[in-house]
Amino acid sequence: MNGIFPGLTFGKATRDAYGEALRDLGGTHPDIVVLDADLAKSTKSFTFGETYPERFWNVGIQEANMVGMAGGFASSGKVPFISSFAAFVILKGYDQLRMAVSYPKLNVKVCGSHGGISIGEDGASQQSVEDIALACALPDFVVCVPCDEHQMRAVVQAAYEHDGPVYIRSGRPKAPLIYDATPTDFRFGKATRLREGGDVTIIAYGLMVAAALVAHEELKREGIEARVVDMATVKPLDVDEVRAAAADTGAIVTAEEHLLHGGLGARVAQAVVGTHPVPMEFVGLDDTYAESGDPEALMRKYGLTAREVVDAVRRVVQRKSGRAAGLGAGAPR
Amino acid sequence: MKQDQRQARGAGARDIAALERRAVAVRRDILEMLTEAQSGHPGGSLSAVELVVALYFGGFLRYDADRPEWEDRDRFILSKGHGVPVQYAALAQAGFLPQSELRTLRRIDSRLQGHPVLGTAPGIEASTGSLGQGLSIGLGMALAARMDSRDVNVWVLLGDGECQEGQVWEAAMAAGHSRPDNLVAIVDYNKFQLDGAVEDIIGIEPFADKWTAFGWAVRECDGHDLEDVVRAFDWAQSQDGPACVIAHTVKGQGVTFMEHQNKYHGVAPTQDELARALAALPLHEEGGE
Repeated sequence: MNGIFPGLTFGKATRDAYGEALRDLGGTHPDIVVLDADLAKSTKSFTFGETYPERFWNVGIQEANMVGMAGGFASSGKVPFISSFAAFVILKGYDQLRMAVSYPKLNVKVCGSHGGISIGEDGASQQSVEDIALACALPDFVVCVPCDEHQMRAVVQAAYEHDGPVYIRSGRPKAPLIYDATPTDFRFGKATRLREGGDVTIIAYGLMVAAALVAHEELKREGIEARVVDMATVKPLDVDEVRAAAADTGAIVTAEEHLLHGGLGARVAQAVVGTHPVPMEFVGLDDTYAESGDPEALMRKYGLTAREVVDAVRRVVQRKSGRAAGLGAGAPR
Repeated sequence: MKQDQRQARGAGARDIAALERRAVAVRRDILEMLTEAQSGHPGGSLSAVELVVALYFGGFLRYDADRPEWEDRDRFILSKGHGVPVQYAALAQAGFLPQSELRTLRRIDSRLQGHPVLGTAPGIEASTGSLGQGLSIGLGMALAARMDSRDVNVWVLLGDGECQEGQVWEAAMAAGHSRPDNLVAIVDYNKFQLDGAVEDIIGIEPFADKWTAFGWAVRECDGHDLEDVVRAFDWAQSQDGPACVIAHTVKGQGVTFMEHQNKYHGVAPTQDELARALAALPLHEEGGE
């Protein structure tokens, strides 16, 4: 997908980093057990399974049972990491995530791989575009989407250290490198400001962080200074960072590889509207499933590239200046 | 060696008459708490009384009411969560809960939620009430115990209608493959579900054959004959892989006007009905201790 992320260097897919991080963590933490539902080679949980077969359970193609079993393991003192495609573990396992994990607040870590539409040719049945909204709707769940291999390693570590349910979305394609090395300061609920700028803030997660960085460069050429925030943790949201974005830059664009309903954009809007109502624009899938196709072509067709981020920034900055000139609905502050 | 310990676990608790008295006391508690709450599920609570009594008071479940989270305790999961009054009654009689707390069933701020919730009442091991999930949780517990070489047995009580849920068979298949010898499924086969007779809605027969086909050892018993229940549980504990006890029961058992009456699946007794029911369930002088 080099074409939509010009100038960025690609690293591993976040799913590869997930498997490696889990294997590395397994060496020092014998309480970790890993379950998969016949997609271990795709989710990369097999990397753990090869090294620690006695702590690895491939339960076959039965996501609901896998989630329930994880609840049993967790209530017996184990720390289960379970994985499948995001579309399957979240949707087929949802009632079980609610009853056997969220409601009893059990220490289960769920990794949904192949998130978003960037998995490409397999098509809409395999593309998870609702998982973030659904995971965020589960009380007590931490919901996190790492943007590159380095951040994924920090996220797996943080997930182990967090006592409670965590949902991690990983991606299939190689991801552009956003960080130089595993961040040592990663915390759930703490966003990372990647670029400074006073005109607008772009808030993104996953692959869309790379799109935001590309957009930042393009906007700079137009004289628009865009702050870029990596909101890897969608829940709990870093509300302070969101409100700072509203207060400092007066306009926000969110970008996510997900349906617009109930995702990052909705959560950011909820965070700002009470105290800092500023113009917002939302980049994401607008009430649609995608289709089969080359990942890059899909991201272009469904509006998930830097170009859409740039367009959204232009619109939101125009509305912001309109409001400042007294043409809008009212002063933001 | 493990088998010897299991035999020891069940030994010395074969006073069937005492268990029968206990069953009467549990039935009375169920009826009283449901009448007080004016809400809940009598039919499927009453059908499971002997099964739960045998587990808690027949020496099968190893527990310490003063240490409900003791690591080596056996686990009991009520997968048919709507039947929870029978478990609350047993927990109160076993010393996990004050008897007076049964009156708070389904009231605001109570630990006795309408369906079981892990982390509320002591002795509840899983949140259930969305049917079909308990066997998966139990399998996870059984495998965790096996990994750690802990002598922990896991008992999961399922409803017959619940076995229409696909997840039950996912768990049965997975257990048939991994073959934990410390997992027992008990089916309270009372022949009714909310909307009517199981055989009229989606029949589950041939039921024993299904479990056998999934790799389980299966035995049927009369779920209200405590001698037969105890024999079946003894047998289940001695199996080398997962075992299923299909207990033939009567919905509403012990209250003549509720027996076989689907109306009482989810309707609490009135005060008048309670009085009639209790009159037919006299406490033996040694019962209900």
